[in-house]
Amino acid sequence: MTQADTDIIVIGAGPAGLSAAAEAARLGAAVLVLDENDRPGGQLFKQIHKFFGSKDHRAGVRGYAIGDSLLAETARLGARIELGAVVYAIYPDRRVAVITADQRRLLLNPKKIILATGASENALAFPGCTLPGVMSAGAVQTMVNLHRVLPAEKTIMIGSGNVGLIVSYQIRQAGGQVAALVEAAPAIGGYGVHAAKISRLGVPILTGHTVKCVHGVDRVEGVTLVALDDRFRPVPGSERDVAVGCVAIAVGLTPLAELALMCGCKFTYIPKLGGHLPVHDDNMETTAAGIYVAGDITGVEEASSAMEEGRLAGIAAAEALGRVAPQEAAALKQAVWARLNALRTGRFGQARRDAKEQITAEGRGAHVS
Amino acid sequence: MSKHICRCEEVNEDEIRQAIAEGATTVTGVKRRTGAGMGLCQGRTCRRLIVGLIAAETGQNPAEIETSSVRPPVRPVTVEALLSPGGGSAGCKCREENK
Repeated sequence: MTQADTDIIVIGAGPAGLSAAAEAARLGAAVLVLDENDRPGGQLFKQIHKFFGSKDHRAGVRGYAIGDSLLAETARLGARIELGAVVYAIYPDRRVAVITADQRRLLLNPKKIILATGASENALAFPGCTLPGVMSAGAVQTMVNLHRVLPAEKTIMIGSGNVGLIVSYQIRQAGGQVAALVEAAPAIGGYGVHAAKISRLGVPILTGHTVKCVHGVDRVEGVTLVALDDRFRPVPGSERDVAVGCVAIAVGLTPLAELALMCGCKFTYIPKLGGHLPVHDDNMETTAAGIYVAGDITGVEEASSAMEEGRLAGIAAAEALGRVAPQEAAALKQAVWARLNALRTGRFGQARRDAKEQITAEGRGAHVS
Repeated sequence: MSKHICRCEEVNEDEIRQAIAEGATTVTGVKRRTGAGMGLCQGRTCRRLIVGLIAAETGQNPAEIETSSVRPPVRPVTVEALLSPGGGSAGCKCREENK
């Protein structure tokens, strides 16, 4: 029950996984990408907005167009993508257990594994949180941008990070209303440019507020909002009711790291990158030799850095297999690092760069086999 | 209205606080006492919320709170799939196409 002739298995066909696959395949490795979804591209295909940053990072190009070019690149370079394939375990002998879309059970034995499993959205618990109509902002984005369905005529958004801000804007673009964007902290979490866009459309941004409860019988009919004091305690008497049909939750992401835990990777805890993360070195290799990571599993950032990390992991895994000379690999990796460091600058980027440096410092020379 | 923390197993906040009061200081401890985190999503929804409750009730640092152990399968797998002849290089389309 083994598969001897796949060099590298990449788990996750999002921006990080596809980039890793393309880079490793370009250098001559036999690559198989597995993804549990029925289409590749991860979250890119619901990103209808234009990316910004530098020309190197496809500024001005819409997310789904970046996804299309990544898919074309991966296919052209000969990496195979198996969709609807659920990886449910990686065993201590590094065999990868998979159930395919047509219910075949596989136990694969790759030489290297790249984990690009992404992240899952955080939940919030309040009375009524299980009513239909309470959902994550990512779910709203999937419904609106991919399936062209508005979850409700009127939505309330919780969380003012970039996801909350962008999805609010996209609900408006789709013809829906956003009653308010609610943020517990005293200030907006995401980029000012996104907040300005929704403000111009007349969406109120209520900082220092939270949802006390959701009401409705068999679906969401409204919410009770409450103001918070400077210690995040509800202010008595500040409650007010708002009629909405959907409550969207955008309160951050947690790296999906179960498979890395199974591989015995060493973890570290960095709240601003999403919590518990597998430690890795400058090659994106974890403390478990031959297991690489890229994208949100290494700390929640965004698609541009996920793609660069994927390229690093792909080059490093191909190099470890002897597909590329160390000198050439070093030059390739250096170019990727230069782009990654350029991404991680500015008020938001520098903090991420410092946190990432902490992870790699811990990861250098820490392999166990 | 009760506040569900683990929606798969319908475990509410009071039950989790009770488990912590009874001595649970880890996610696994809460899981053993209440069943929270043992449903279809395997704790992806509630694990963080449980860590937050343990931190609030015991004053522990979230970084230090032991999370629940991870075992196969990390995704729901049908018994039908596990019982299928499956596996084997003969049944592996990926292998054939990689040659």
